[in-house]
Amino acid sequence: MKPPPFRYHDPRTLAETVTLLGTLENAKLLAGGQSLMPMLNMRFVLPDHLIDLNKVAGLAHVEAEGRTVRIGAMTRQRDLERSALLAAKLPIIPAALAHVGHLQTRNRGTIGGSLSHLDPSAELVTVCAALDATVTVAGPGGTRAIPFSEFPLGYMTPATGLDEIVTEIVFEAWPAGHGFGFAEYARRHGDFAIVSAAALLAFRDDGRIGRAALVLGGLEPVPTRLSAIEAALAGETPSEELFAELCRPCAELEAMGDALVPASYRRHLAPVMARRALARAAGIAAAAIH
Amino acid sequence: MQGSERRAISVSVNGSRHDREVEVRLTLADFLRHAVELTGTHVGCEHGVCGACTVLVDGLAVRSCLMLAVQADGREVATIEGLAPGEDALHPLQQAFKDHHGLQCGFCTPGILATLVEYLAENPEPSEAELKVALSGNICRCTGYRDIIAAALDAAARLREARA
Amino acid sequence: MNPGGMVGKAVPRIEDDALLRGRARFVDDIHLPGMLEAAFVRSPHAHAAIRGIDTAAAAAVPGVVAVFTAGDLVPHLTAERLVVGLPSPSYRLEVDRPVLASDEVVHVGEPVAIVVAASRYVAEDAAALVEIDYDPLPVAENCRDALADDAPRVHSREPHNLVAAFDMAYGDIDQAFARAPHVLRESFWQHRGVAHSMECRGVVAAHDPIGNRLTVWSSTQTPHPAKRLICALLGRDDEEVRVVAPDLGGGFGPKLVFYPEEIVVPLASILLGRPVKWIEDRREHFVATTQERDQYWDMAIAIDGDGRILGIRGSLIHDHGAYTARGVNVPYGSAVTVPLPYNVPAYRLDVKLALTNKVPVTPIRGAGQPQATFVMERLLDRVARELGLDRAEVRRRNLVHADQMPCEKPLKLRGGTFVALDSGDFPTAMADVLAKTGWADFRARQEAARAAGRHIGIGLANYVEGTGRGPFEPVKVRVTSNGRIRVASGATAMGQSTQTMLAQIVADQLGGDMANVSVTTGDTAAINLGFGGFNSRQAVMAGNSAHAAAMKVRKKILKAASAMLEVAEDDLEIVGTRVALKGVSEHGIALGAIARALDGSPGYKLPGDLEPGLEAEEHVIVHDMAFSSGSAVAEVEVDVDTGAVTVTRFTLAHDCGRMINPMIVDGQVVGGIVHGIGNALFEWMGFDAEAQPVTTNFGEYLLVTATEIPEIEILHRQSPSPLNTLGVKGVGESGVIPTPAAIISAVEDALSPYGVRIAQAPVSPADIIALINGASGRA
Repeated sequence: MKPPPFRYHDPRTLAETVTLLGTLENAKLLAGGQSLMPMLNMRFVLPDHLIDLNKVAGLAHVEAEGRTVRIGAMTRQRDLERSALLAAKLPIIPAALAHVGHLQTRNRGTIGGSLSHLDPSAELVTVCAALDATVTVAGPGGTRAIPFSEFPLGYMTPATGLDEIVTEIVFEAWPAGHGFGFAEYARRHGDFAIVSAAALLAFRDDGRIGRAALVLGGLEPVPTRLSAIEAALAGETPSEELFAELCRPCAELEAMGDALVPASYRRHLAPVMARRALARAAGIAAAAIH
Repeated sequence: MQGSERRAISVSVNGSRHDREVEVRLTLADFLRHAVELTGTHVGCEHGVCGACTVLVDGLAVRSCLMLAVQADGREVATIEGLAPGEDALHPLQQAFKDHHGLQCGFCTPGILATLVEYLAENPEPSEAELKVALSGNICRCTGYRDIIAAALDAAARLREARA
Repeated sequence: MNPGGMVGKAVPRIEDDALLRGRARFVDDIHLPGMLEAAFVRSPHAHAAIRGIDTAAAAAVPGVVAVFTAGDLVPHLTAERLVVGLPSPSYRLEVDRPVLASDEVVHVGEPVAIVVAASRYVAEDAAALVEIDYDPLPVAENCRDALADDAPRVHSREPHNLVAAFDMAYGDIDQAFARAPHVLRESFWQHRGVAHSMECRGVVAAHDPIGNRLTVWSSTQTPHPAKRLICALLGRDDEEVRVVAPDLGGGFGPKLVFYPEEIVVPLASILLGRPVKWIEDRREHFVATTQERDQYWDMAIAIDGDGRILGIRGSLIHDHGAYTARGVNVPYGSAVTVPLPYNVPAYRLDVKLALTNKVPVTPIRGAGQPQATFVMERLLDRVARELGLDRAEVRRRNLVHADQMPCEKPLKLRGGTFVALDSGDFPTAMADVLAKTGWADFRARQEAARAAGRHIGIGLANYVEGTGRGPFEPVKVRVTSNGRIRVASGATAMGQSTQTMLAQIVADQLGGDMANVSVTTGDTAAINLGFGGFNSRQAVMAGNSAHAAAMKVRKKILKAASAMLEVAEDDLEIVGTRVALKGVSEHGIALGAIARALDGSPGYKLPGDLEPGLEAEEHVIVHDMAFSSGSAVAEVEVDVDTGAVTVTRFTLAHDCGRMINPMIVDGQVVGGIVHGIGNALFEWMGFDAEAQPVTTNFGEYLLVTATEIPEIEILHRQSPSPLNTLGVKGVGESGVIPTPAAIISAVEDALSPYGVRIAQAPVSPADIIALINGASGRA
């Protein structure tokens, strides 16, 4: 389990990186390495060139301007987990990160790496879908913004071109005091979720739900947006019964099955995780209102 | 198949500088074990799950099987060999692990201690549940973890005392 | 100090300082000048004919020194196959592993060629270029299906897949069932998976052409048997081969097996005239190191109206894997163990071992005993349910009692002697654990939890463990001219504190100073005979040999000192590194001085007319096994929405005879319990229909981590074994044996409102949801 031979490049600027990416054949980008390095060690990927992003300037930051929050692609998961700014503006991100891997992997793993790898069970993918993030990518033609709804094209296939690199993820924060809930079932702490759910709830002055976002991860190759439930939640008073009722049809959703987890079990978990995420979101919101 | 590229790097390990020319594909774990000849860092899975190869890079616990040696160029690496203050004394973590039978075969121990060095620096008074989460990325097949957790809790107390 | 003060004390381990400082020496830590590194080319097919092998492209890679196939190596060996199976009359087929596969591969991971290169990196580059022309053949994946008449044959040259069959029987089983008021039938599926010591296997070999001496460092539990096999395969004498087991990063069973790599790497080293290292990586470990997999049991229990057992009968189909790498001992151990803790008047089990196109099966910690315990305890739970009795009460009515000890059972060990439970008080142990866990109050707790929407459950399991497999394990104790005490044994340490255990027993007789004792284990150059570490045997076998050798040396020390000091022996004591007049420590003589005196001086008499030298080697012979025992209670909570099981508390009343070091005993037991949690809930070595492994990394194969462990408490009873002087029994496998049985019982108890019946281990959350929804299990 040793990496195959490759040429190693460690550019210092984004421009240099984009140029390398545009000129080298069969190149792979190395971010935190927590997914790519195992794949190299197992020789599941055999790149001719490895472009290491760890020395590229300007890719690691968490910034806010008004309700807009920008996270550099090379920001470590551990820095996101401990960011006071995120705790205030996008609290569902640190909440989800509590389920991501382990101390040692979060010290290296990055948000851009996780989104680009696009494991269907990855917590950050589910959360970015719920937050309607925008992914900024840079390529030979300059930068472009990809709405997250268009980012995952299929199983572990992001919408970035072969000559493009994710540079930043941009979020519009939900209003202060919004409810957020992240729920997942994994066999052990830190494992990829079998099914996860991210829920966001904004409340009207009368305590009823104004706006809702609800996304399941791990069920299908790409995040499952539960738009019908989101619409049905609007105007309702949150309750466990309501959530259970609305989430029940999730058990009929399409689901992946494999040798380790049957599709029927993923389907079974879908409504469970959806209502747990909503309940958490409602509970936290209630506390904030009082 | 192309020839394998090499690069000169300079890595500080436990305070000593090591200048080496290495293959760019060499993992940090193999660099420490074979180039620097510090074999206390162990390789258990080479896919980033077992935690045996955990070392500190610039003070942060990382899987050294998931880093390339060239990525450690110019950085400070700390391994198990640098933990004890000297020949006559063990570090409080080491002593607590000895006192509580927190190791059996000892293969996973260096990674566990590296993880705890960072974790306890940031969380000097963890609960048992928090410690279990902190150590959930370090697999031990021998001990069943109970004595590891007891040792870590005791080490945390000893470290607090030493600081006070 | 007087003997007796050290044994029984929780003294710190002598192994720890080196391990904690990163100064231990595991096999991959060995680096020799000029050393080459190897990678194996392994079969990607579960079953295929090999039509040709082309190594040219691989051999041409810069840095590659050699690529060897079976054709290159076999001419240098006395045999093409590793004949290692323990003897048994039950074999129907001889299926020994080839040194390297040459015409047919029969499981994924089977080695076909070795690439030796300047580094492992280059060796892996080249291994990918070895071209093997495979012709895939039909596959036998499941052991039950493999026994069908029309099943694909695992080995093309063999007529069927029934590698061995035997029965285990006593009493009049037909009559027992004929007159029984109740007969209950159950079928079970069990699976244990991969041992996964944190250190994989590895071999370093170096050949000294001047002395014609081959040295092999192997991460093995059995260096002496490995040496005998290497000598036999290479046609070399004992003096020409040394096998060393350096520090081992865990064993857990599979490292007791001798593997192809352990002859191929040494032979490559001889042929190339350079040291060669091969370190198994984790991916190889999943397909090249032996495992314990499926067992299918169809069982029936006959009981009277009070729940007393009249007879147990049934059949067992056991997955043997593709080759015989150890023997029939796992299912044999299962078959012997089923009725042991209880009074079972009649018993019959028909056992079939089926070949499959998968990695060979050999013992993992527990070696068939956890499965037997699971079957027995599940049957007793069924009896309790059927008769409306408390589960503990059913067991109380059937357990072997203290006044039956020693309790001979009409069952034979593999060596032909009858099983005899040597000591213990099973009902009291069970009463202890029930009291400690509040078994009687649990229903109230459970009802309160259910009222709050939580599903908690409790389960109970009794077990015995056969330990201390004989016939002997030698130990040599020597006092050096510096007064240090050197201990050498064929015993092999893989994390169970063997060196501390031996040092403690020896120091107990020889001055009580642990720091003055050095222990060498696992080195064939240090002692001539030995077996190594398996079957929870070393504290019993090596421990008693160490005790006997230390007593012999002690006697000699006192005799010599008596002569040298002109004081009566009875007035002397050994204190630390000196022999001194009792109570007058300044009047004495150093151990080193006695050793030097016993080295002799030309022309002078030896002190006290003693034989020369201050050393003794002993090999205490014991054939009967010492049975450890215990009673376990598991408490769980089940999330009925996800099927997730949390083991909240695990309590074990445990009896391993006299404890040498209670700290080490607890460590062994707790480690075993957590291994057992894995076997109950997490570990599964999966294969698809083509016998391709589907769990090949630690993200897919789930080992228990710190967050999954419950509160664990061990209660001790010490019923000394009458079979050995120290009164000790083995402990290494105890924790794992009752754990799946107790946990599954607790899960079933938690889910009793749903009427769920669990007849399998492991059980996954998906299985639990399916069972709640009315599905039947895998059995």
